[in-house]
Amino acid sequence: MFSIVKNYKMFFAVTIVFMLVGIGSMFMQSFNLGIDFTGGSIIDLKFNSPVSVSQVRDVLKEHDLGNSVIQLGTSDTNITTSESVLIRTGILDDDDRRAVMSDLTSKLGEYQILRVEQVGATVGSELVQQAALAVVLSWVLMIIYITYRFEFKFAIAAIIGLVIDVTVVLCYFSLFHLEIDSSFVAALLTVVGYSVNGTIVIFDRIRENLKTHRRSEDLGEMVDRSIWQCMTRSVYTMLSTLFAVVAIFLFGGDTRT
Amino acid sequence: MRWDNMTKFLILVVAIVVSFGLFIKPLASTVKQGLDLQGGTHVVLQAVDTPNAKVDDDALNRSVKIIERRVNELGLTEPVIQRQGKDRIIVELPGVKDPEKAIAMLGRTALLEFKDMSGKTVMTGKDLKDSKATVGQNGKPVVGLDFSEEGGKKFALLTSQNIGKQISILLDGEVLTSPVVNEAITGGKAQISGSRSVEEAEHLSILLRSGSLPVTLQILENRTVGPTLGQDSKDKSVKAFAIGLAGIFLFMALYYRASGVVADMVLLFYTLLLLAIMRGLNATLTLPGIAGIILSIGMAVDANVLIFERFKEEIQSGKTLRSSIEAGFSRAFVTIFDSNITTIMAAAVLFYLGTGPIKGFAITLALGVVISMFTAVTVTRYMLRFLVASNISSNPAFYGASAPKKEVEK
Repeated sequence: MFSIVKNYKMFFAVTIVFMLVGIGSMFMQSFNLGIDFTGGSIIDLKFNSPVSVSQVRDVLKEHDLGNSVIQLGTSDTNITTSESVLIRTGILDDDDRRAVMSDLTSKLGEYQILRVEQVGATVGSELVQQAALAVVLSWVLMIIYITYRFEFKFAIAAIIGLVIDVTVVLCYFSLFHLEIDSSFVAALLTVVGYSVNGTIVIFDRIRENLKTHRRSEDLGEMVDRSIWQCMTRSVYTMLSTLFAVVAIFLFGGDTRT
Repeated sequence: MRWDNMTKFLILVVAIVVSFGLFIKPLASTVKQGLDLQGGTHVVLQAVDTPNAKVDDDALNRSVKIIERRVNELGLTEPVIQRQGKDRIIVELPGVKDPEKAIAMLGRTALLEFKDMSGKTVMTGKDLKDSKATVGQNGKPVVGLDFSEEGGKKFALLTSQNIGKQISILLDGEVLTSPVVNEAITGGKAQISGSRSVEEAEHLSILLRSGSLPVTLQILENRTVGPTLGQDSKDKSVKAFAIGLAGIFLFMALYYRASGVVADMVLLFYTLLLLAIMRGLNATLTLPGIAGIILSIGMAVDANVLIFERFKEEIQSGKTLRSSIEAGFSRAFVTIFDSNITTIMAAAVLFYLGTGPIKGFAITLALGVVISMFTAVTVTRYMLRFLVASNISSNPAFYGASAPKKEVEK
């Protein structure tokens, strides 16, 4: 059987390479923070008749919002007009937003509001604080719990595993410049939950195997045995969770992460 | 074959499948839906000091009261108006028809001023205690004003100096009404006549009352989901849910055979129970909440996978079918418990620190994990016991485990 413990150098190396690439990316291009963090507004409209990006931009320019991101609700690049338009602006006052929207009506025709999100600057910085606090608090709680159920060393190992998992997710989002919003924080904490979940299943096995552990068997081999005993479970659970996640991703609409 | 146990098993299966078929739709549609699913507006208002008034507890409570009154005018079902912290108010308007108008109404800075002919501000909204629309002596609608003690004195002075002249009442610089002073009013109470209808008088009195709102409310956050997008999200979620569930179903049945089918039954039961409890607790189902449910189903499956893997090992170590199942459950339980506690911890942290939809996610995830722990270790156990006791098959492969190897694996 392939020994995970003996080949730890290889696993460490792979992990470290991944981490370096990711951390490099984080420093180089940081994150694509959504309006939940930066403040700003998203206006998602469905016009009664198709409009083009430049038409929308002309209206926005009059309100000094010419540098807003305007997306048409179509992935086909040949089509230059569409009924659905998504506008992302910087931080915007509510009165200004209303002025822009009534201007859009008067110049480009009637529309239906699909979604309007508007976040002030203060909310964003609070969210960062909140997210950081949530992550740290959950770590502290887990360290306490694992120390209570197992040992302090186990807790530290679990947290290191956790940090790696969280970093990998962050790296991925940084590398591909995916947008980070508040549901991302929830997703991240789910990753935290699953990561610790997996770690604990293995710890549990190690704890159990320790009871019947014979002197003749090397500790590393025992840990290896424990990991492999849990491997089927880990893979199956991952598969079934993947079903759920893929379903959310493909069909779940906007909150996919 | 022992038919008594088989019957028990089959009754359970039929009961679960039938109740799932019957209740899933009504249950799912009666669980309270968040704004992101049914469409609506979520607004966070920030109270800001004005030169005349500081943001304090009383000011905020009065603001909440006034917003409640304003919102009630919209006639929505179950709007939410609540304080958040020292200086914020959260307003949720489900299914609001004209969100723009509603938001404008909420955020309107209600600064009420009483001016004399020369345009000098004599009194402000804080001098006004209350305002009501009533019917005057001649049967015409009038707007009654009730001043504070200080306000009454100011108003007496204002009216005595302006008999026969017009005074103006302005809200945010806009003239609401310009009544002519008939006589000096000293009692601290006054009436404005001249409204054409009761509605008009009502409207004026509401605006006047809002004018005694002492602090400015700024819109800090606004999230509006139109009804079309809400319906669209709902449809997509149902689809995602069905497909995710179907995938897990197939997977379990294929890998764990009879045990897997039992787990699938329990999964149906679990889904029903979760929705029923959410409805019972009057919890709100949001879009992230649905993601939470789907993830908690993943957790529920995890519990079953842990049990069944354990069961396989016990079979391979040469134990009988029955004792393997019992051992599988009791041994896996410790693991399930430990791992789920940590998930609940993460959910609890999210619940206390998160807001709105994130809270919804935390609630469904935590509830889901607790319920899945219960269903996995009790319902699955009983159903498998009945099935094994029915002697339908003694071949472990039927339960998804391979027969013990000659050599016990070390």
